[in-house]
Amino acid sequence: MSITRIRTALAVPAALSALLIAVAGITALAGSPGFQQVVGEMMIRAVVVIGIFIFVGNSGVLSFGHISFMAIGAYAAAWFTCCTLPMVKTLYTPGLPHFLLETSYPFGFGLAAAAGLSGSVALMVGFVLVRLSGIASSIATFALLAMIYVIYSNWSSVTGGTSSISNIPVHVGLWVATAAAVGAIAVAYLHKVSRYGLMLRASRDDPVASRAAGVNIMRMRLIAFVLSAACVGAGGAIYANFMGILTVDAFYLQITFLTLAMLIVGGIGSLSGAVIGVVFVTFVTELLRMLESGIALGNGPAIRLPAGTQEVILGAVMIAVLILRPAGLMGGKEVLNDAYE
Amino acid sequence: MLHFLQTLIDAASLGSLFALSALGIGLLFGILRLINFAHGEFVAIGAYALIVPSANAAAVMFIGEWQAAPLVIAVSTIVVVFALISDALVFRRLRRADASTLMIASFAVGYVIQHMLLMIYGARPKALGLWSDLTRVLDLWGLRVPLLQIVVILSTAILLSALVVFLRHTRFGIQMRAASEDFAMARYLGVKSNRVIGLAFGISGGLAAIVSLMLVAQTGVISPGMGVNVVLFAFVSTVVGGMGSLPGAVFGGLLVGMATSFLQAYLPADIRPFRDAFVFGFVILLLLVRPSGLIRVKALEQRI
Repeated sequence: MSITRIRTALAVPAALSALLIAVAGITALAGSPGFQQVVGEMMIRAVVVIGIFIFVGNSGVLSFGHISFMAIGAYAAAWFTCCTLPMVKTLYTPGLPHFLLETSYPFGFGLAAAAGLSGSVALMVGFVLVRLSGIASSIATFALLAMIYVIYSNWSSVTGGTSSISNIPVHVGLWVATAAAVGAIAVAYLHKVSRYGLMLRASRDDPVASRAAGVNIMRMRLIAFVLSAACVGAGGAIYANFMGILTVDAFYLQITFLTLAMLIVGGIGSLSGAVIGVVFVTFVTELLRMLESGIALGNGPAIRLPAGTQEVILGAVMIAVLILRPAGLMGGKEVLNDAYE
Repeated sequence: MLHFLQTLIDAASLGSLFALSALGIGLLFGILRLINFAHGEFVAIGAYALIVPSANAAAVMFIGEWQAAPLVIAVSTIVVVFALISDALVFRRLRRADASTLMIASFAVGYVIQHMLLMIYGARPKALGLWSDLTRVLDLWGLRVPLLQIVVILSTAILLSALVVFLRHTRFGIQMRAASEDFAMARYLGVKSNRVIGLAFGISGGLAAIVSLMLVAQTGVISPGMGVNVVLFAFVSTVVGGMGSLPGAVFGGLLVGMATSFLQAYLPADIRPFRDAFVFGFVILLLLVRPSGLIRVKALEQRI
């Protein structure tokens, strides 16, 4: 590989990382604490959406179930890192094994456990999923979402059931979340340009020709599925240690829709689309949220939109993108004039 | 033995609900390759049509007070109109799109409808007593059967037979079957595509309306997300039965209903809350053995 090619190859992840770091920098310098919280959550969603992209973007198979890996990761991290007060674990999650029940581990352990557990579950589930046709496997991922939701809402001895686990130490601030997003970009990009990513995209574009050329589609899909689940699981761990509180309800349809909307609006076919989509959709929803809570223009009366407007408009934006620009804002290309595709 | 028969009737009634929903989804999938996530919201629209629009906690009956026949007709009409509007506004513009774009678009349509219901009616679930005399329990040779279950099973049987007659013996029904077999060929032979698709949306909406009435009569509660769970089971049913096959959808729905009811009845009490997880687990096992479902559809297999 010549120097120029390496340079162009590195340009895309570098540019995307620079974008996120710039947003974080401006926020840290000038944003209110509330806005810093919003941008921190945006970085976590970036990790999750990039994780979803690793599978969905490269394989072309939609998944409605990745948020369940976020739940698995978040709870795994909570099991390891909780709690700031002793006795809380024995109260909320008495069913945990001994080594977890009596010790609080550092954040790194939680993160590794989250990625590992999500990846292992993905390996088991993925073994079946990749055997189904594209559409049937999308439906099966939806069933997976409901299944994990049912299990985690009822498995009270380790998840606290539908009540929340609080007191999780807050290890993650704005900068750690940003670093995680940059890490996710690097992982997704390395997978994309690797032979596994290339073969998977070939199978997406033409399954028959790629199979004839020796691509083992099921295997490529499984590799991407496990990697993307581990990434989303890590996102869940970061979420748990950013918010400090967990409820099962946070990992169901609402966030599934939000993350998919980010991916679709930005453009499902490229990593740049995933990142741009996260930033754009966060901007739009924040604007609408401000309008919903009321905003005064000059001396006139405050403008206030009814509750629910944010969701309706987000859905409408997504439908409009699907009709008018089905490949998303980025049109399936990477930033910097499609340097390396 | 009595417990078994009791469970069997439960299973048939739940299976009917799933079968009707799966059929509504299967019809659109057969013709448009559309997995309609908004079907659950069609069900919710049918339920909310019964009451006066307001965000108050107490529900005031509107159409819900009418006689049974005009009530069914009015609710069906409303849902069918909404289904046709969603086609005209969204899906008609996506005729050339691939299956996953259609799927995600319908997910967005469902999301929008759900939050519009939430804006108009409020997020809290509302209690609603529809046809309360149907909750009467009949005593049949020692079996205690709620009248409602019998009504559900019988009306499902009647609807399915009517649909079979329609699809087999009327001009439009034959056109619909032809279109789901090979849409392009059907069009070359003079089948008007928008009319067939409109008809499919209409029938699908009508089925959703019936499901919503059965659901409200059974549970007595409505909420903006009430359709999601039923439709999830219906999706799974279509996959189990074989995507694109209408008999498969019905069969899959009955099977999934059967599995759910028997697990509910025979699982030990402490793991009963995980029932749905077991149902989906069984589905995954079944798919390991038969990845394309129980009934395989030739038209969907990839040709080179």
